[in-house]
Amino acid sequence: MSHDVSSQLLNLACGLFLLTALGVLWRRQVSALVSLLTLQGALLTTIAVLLAAEHHSAAALAVAAGIGILKAGIVPWMLRRVHRLVPDARETRPLVNISASILAAAGLTLLGYAAARPLVAAASSASGRATPVGLAVVLIGFFLAATRQRAISQIIGVLLIDNGIAAVAFLATGGVPLVVELGVSADLALAVLVLQILTNRLHATFGSTDLDELRELHD
Amino acid sequence: MTPWLVAVAQAALLALAAPLVVGVTRAVPARLAGRAGGRIAQPWRDLCKQLRKQPTSPADASMFFVAAPAVMMATSLIVAATGPFIAATSLFGGADLIVVVGLLLLGTVALALAGLDTGTAFGGMGASRAMVIAALVEPTLLLAVFALSFRVGSTDLSRIVAAGATEPARVFTPASLLAAAALAIATLAETGRIPVDNPATHLELTMVHEAMVLEYSGRDLALVEWAAALRLSILLGLLANLFAPWGVATSLDPMWLAVGAAVFIGKVCGLAALLSAGEVWTAKLRLFRVPELLAGSFFLGLLAVLASAILA
Repeated sequence: MSHDVSSQLLNLACGLFLLTALGVLWRRQVSALVSLLTLQGALLTTIAVLLAAEHHSAAALAVAAGIGILKAGIVPWMLRRVHRLVPDARETRPLVNISASILAAAGLTLLGYAAARPLVAAASSASGRATPVGLAVVLIGFFLAATRQRAISQIIGVLLIDNGIAAVAFLATGGVPLVVELGVSADLALAVLVLQILTNRLHATFGSTDLDELRELHD
Repeated sequence: MTPWLVAVAQAALLALAAPLVVGVTRAVPARLAGRAGGRIAQPWRDLCKQLRKQPTSPADASMFFVAAPAVMMATSLIVAATGPFIAATSLFGGADLIVVVGLLLLGTVALALAGLDTGTAFGGMGASRAMVIAALVEPTLLLAVFALSFRVGSTDLSRIVAAGATEPARVFTPASLLAAAALAIATLAETGRIPVDNPATHLELTMVHEAMVLEYSGRDLALVEWAAALRLSILLGLLANLFAPWGVATSLDPMWLAVGAAVFIGKVCGLAALLSAGEVWTAKLRLFRVPELLAGSFFLGLLAVLASAILA
């Protein structure tokens, strides 16, 4: 019975995880995007905690705690700082309009499920059957990073990809070794830092963070 | 009781109650806004008044304009008679989901053609908007119910409702919440409620449903309004019975049928009050943002189907 409840909770967390990715495509205000990303980080932490509890593993619990601090704490805080420095960074003209992007996300979700069919067939547990959710979030993240023009939206796309990869790792294997997770997290924090500096410099030089306006090299 | 009698009684009940449901959706916001508002039976009085008056039609109007009210009313009555509203028994082979959605769409298309037929600017504008919305809403309606029909193994609405009433644990999963949300948004759009269309507006630039019926008068107008009210009751009733199928009669025993009718009226009026109370707090979306909302509800429906087919 308790196993059944925990797998239902896991499915619920995975569904909400995918829905937050949809919300990121839907909203335009950067502050709403950052809130959604925080929520997604919290849901990823929930997934990690549920899996750690299922496997009774202290190391996995430590990884979950690390993920929670990084994805629901540090990264949103950094993004909010960027947003405060560049307050006008609202996504005004994405390359693909919002309704088309949502329909594309539906297609990408189907693609994720189609691509993960061997994984689902091989899985014996509820977590294995939820793996396609992670793949779908990775694909949606790629789509977001490719079709948005503001630097901060593209950072958010990259973060979505990273969240998706982490979700796939957790759901498919039931936990990642602590060292690997630490390495990935450090990489991620570095990437956000670099993009933050890039955004600030862009804003200082051009007064805009539209990456499409970078057409040529300057001295 | 024979199935035919039950079907006729069900259609009559829905047709009689539909204007009252519209009355509820008008009375609740009025009370919340501190106005006295009209009585709940006011839509019925308007209908009776208009039914006595002779209709006029524009000089250039063809048979599409004349036929549309009858087509709308007929399709709505067929759905009201066969759908799983009071009794969830397969009356005549049952109300298949695809047939029900097709009949509702037939009514929408008939009204849109009538709007185009008059040749006025507003009629055409309303018709084109209604078609944009319908094209996005109908797939969502289908998908949202497919999420439940996967678990039951049938697209017959009566069997889905009956299975939900007798063994809820098998039919309802957390994914059903997604399906319910998708169906609720689709219902709002299909019946022209507030985030999509404002039923109280008479500003031509923002109207959808009202723009198509501008040229109707007298008896025809009464039929169109009655059919629109009936569609609101039908969709709210489907939403209530699919996701909260308690109190639906599963046999043709007269006592259970009476209980089913009372519970059904209560559920629909409750949903209508909830819907109109929600409308007080929300603003109408810009028309260009409406496809985003509908695409979002489509995504929710798709997710519900995926989840009920694969995850759970």
